[in-house]
Amino acid sequence: MVEDLGSAGERHVSAPSRGAPAIQLVGVRKSFGEVAAVDGVDLSIAAGEFFSLLGPSGSGKTTVLRMIAGFEVPTAGAVLLDGQDVTRTPPYDRDVNTVFQDYALFPHMNVRRNVEYGMRVRGVPASERRRRAGEMLDIVRLGGFAERKPSQLSGGQRQRVALARALVNHPTVLLLDEPLGALDLKLREEMQVELKAIQRQVGITFVFVTHDQGEALSMSSRVAVFNHGRIEQVGTPREIYDQPASAFVAGFVGSSNVLGVPVSTRLFGVAAVHSVRPESVHLADAGRADPVDGVRVGGTIADVQYLGAGTKVRVAIDAESVLTVTDTSERLAGRQVGAPVDVIIPPGAPFQVAG
Amino acid sequence: MGQRLDEAARLSYDEAVLPGAPTPGPRAGARLSRAFTRRWLALGSLLTPPVAWLVVIYIGSLLALVAVAFFRLDGRTQRPTTSPTLDNLRQAFTVGTYLRVVGQSVLAAVAVTLLSAMIAVPVTFCVARILPRWMRRGVVVAFLLPLWAGYLVKAYAWKAMLRQGSKFGVDKAGGFLESTFGWSPGFGWLAVILSLTYLWLPYMLLPVYTGMERLPNSLIEASGDLGAKPWRTFRDVALPVLLPSIAAGSIFTFSLSLGDYIIPAVVTERKVLMIGNLVERTLLAPNQPLAAAFTLWPLLIIVAYLLAMRAAGAFENV
Repeated sequence: MVEDLGSAGERHVSAPSRGAPAIQLVGVRKSFGEVAAVDGVDLSIAAGEFFSLLGPSGSGKTTVLRMIAGFEVPTAGAVLLDGQDVTRTPPYDRDVNTVFQDYALFPHMNVRRNVEYGMRVRGVPASERRRRAGEMLDIVRLGGFAERKPSQLSGGQRQRVALARALVNHPTVLLLDEPLGALDLKLREEMQVELKAIQRQVGITFVFVTHDQGEALSMSSRVAVFNHGRIEQVGTPREIYDQPASAFVAGFVGSSNVLGVPVSTRLFGVAAVHSVRPESVHLADAGRADPVDGVRVGGTIADVQYLGAGTKVRVAIDAESVLTVTDTSERLAGRQVGAPVDVIIPPGAPFQVAG
Repeated sequence: MGQRLDEAARLSYDEAVLPGAPTPGPRAGARLSRAFTRRWLALGSLLTPPVAWLVVIYIGSLLALVAVAFFRLDGRTQRPTTSPTLDNLRQAFTVGTYLRVVGQSVLAAVAVTLLSAMIAVPVTFCVARILPRWMRRGVVVAFLLPLWAGYLVKAYAWKAMLRQGSKFGVDKAGGFLESTFGWSPGFGWLAVILSLTYLWLPYMLLPVYTGMERLPNSLIEASGDLGAKPWRTFRDVALPVLLPSIAAGSIFTFSLSLGDYIIPAVVTERKVLMIGNLVERTLLAPNQPLAAAFTLWPLLIIVAYLLAMRAAGAFENV
């Protein structure tokens, strides 16, 4: 799949660095009736990685996660955990635990019994269960909440109970299905930091599903970007952001100016789709010399958006193309709608992407 | 809500016609309390007729029933007098024969309830979690369909099905069960339990179905994810979460079964006696005060059952 992307894509696929892959997906497909939710996915996730599956809703990322967990059986292809084929193994026989989007805490059990459930099912002695559950609740900073019912906890606390309930079983892989989606912004940012710290502490492979590109970039060691049931690109957050392999990745991860073939040909002399990050583009006074080198194109300011620390300026460079430029508000001060400006695209800023 | 909006509109109207009112403090308080009084008056006048109906007709007749249980029967006229006695209660609550009937009735009601729950859980599981969505509504209507048929029709239908053939009688093949399966439980307690289960099953199916539909799929998946095999998941997760729904259904199946007297009378040809039959016979004796004393049995048992169900959490989230 990744090879299909051509030279641009291939360059950015970094091989898993440590040991044998914890998870391997080989040509996995999943159809629901006529609809192909996952349309041929090959993926290899190394042990100890914090791996994100990023994509818009309906892109197949959650279905991939559910196939790793065992809730869905692939229509074709194979799922391997630690080199073992588990394609048709039921969830209860897989060494994988899941943090559900709605947490799925058992409402009739208190926090301790929720956390102990996996160990109880596996026949771990009561004293050890209690000790391990206590330790894990301390790690997620819920030591004093063991006797509470889930209904007596806040959203963030429930989320941490779900995390503890899954992690306490020391699974090979922890799957997280948009676990921060139901939290408010501040709590979400706190949990991002906390999740990363916990992952470092326990050293378990995390597979994290999200549609939030900021979340994926800030937390992951590697990211797979999904679109229409296929993987568009796999790479480190920096690779994904700096060298997007396709117009879709460029547009979905961060904001990006995607320039079509005609404009690209005019500007760069190459007949291919290009992508330019708004923060890499420089704005100069029309016709006046500027210290920044690069491809220079004249235009008219179509819109100025003041965003506090930064400002976003949209410049129309011809009838169809608009370039977005972001910079500090200080540097973009005084720009007026309708004024003529020059846009400078420094060398190295534009990237050729697959259409 | 509508009432409150109405009030708000009126208050602002008051303000509009009295523009020069500069002291909002105490006046606003008085206005507010006036609004509250009016609301309570409106609510009161709305609720009085149904509450009065409930108190006079429903609770009143129940109290009259309890009162009659304390009256002496005039042996000559066979009518209750107003002279008080505890004889009726002593008979109804101490005589061994009567206690046996009460005990058997309770056991039968418990059996009907358990049987209904054992049928309702797997059936509603299939309908709510396996059947495609568009078929569900039709099946739920089918659950309720038997309730539209007459009670007596169903009683006689079961009698016809349960009848055992006789070597010497006209009917050698017996009813549907015996002629089809070669065996019928005959007209005993089993017949009563089967017939009552058929009659009251819809009242168990409905709440359990609602509970099953509300049971989040992720809970089932989470249990499997944590290593529980399907049976363990059912026992540890699904059943406890469904328990309030089952308890809600059991209130119907239990109390309706306990008070029934037509099924034993019709289906078993009076071979089986339940509390209701005891009341009926005593009433026809005629001994109204003793019959009234017998009716206290189901009353007390059902109150105790409701209290137990409340303690079990059956009334939460219903």
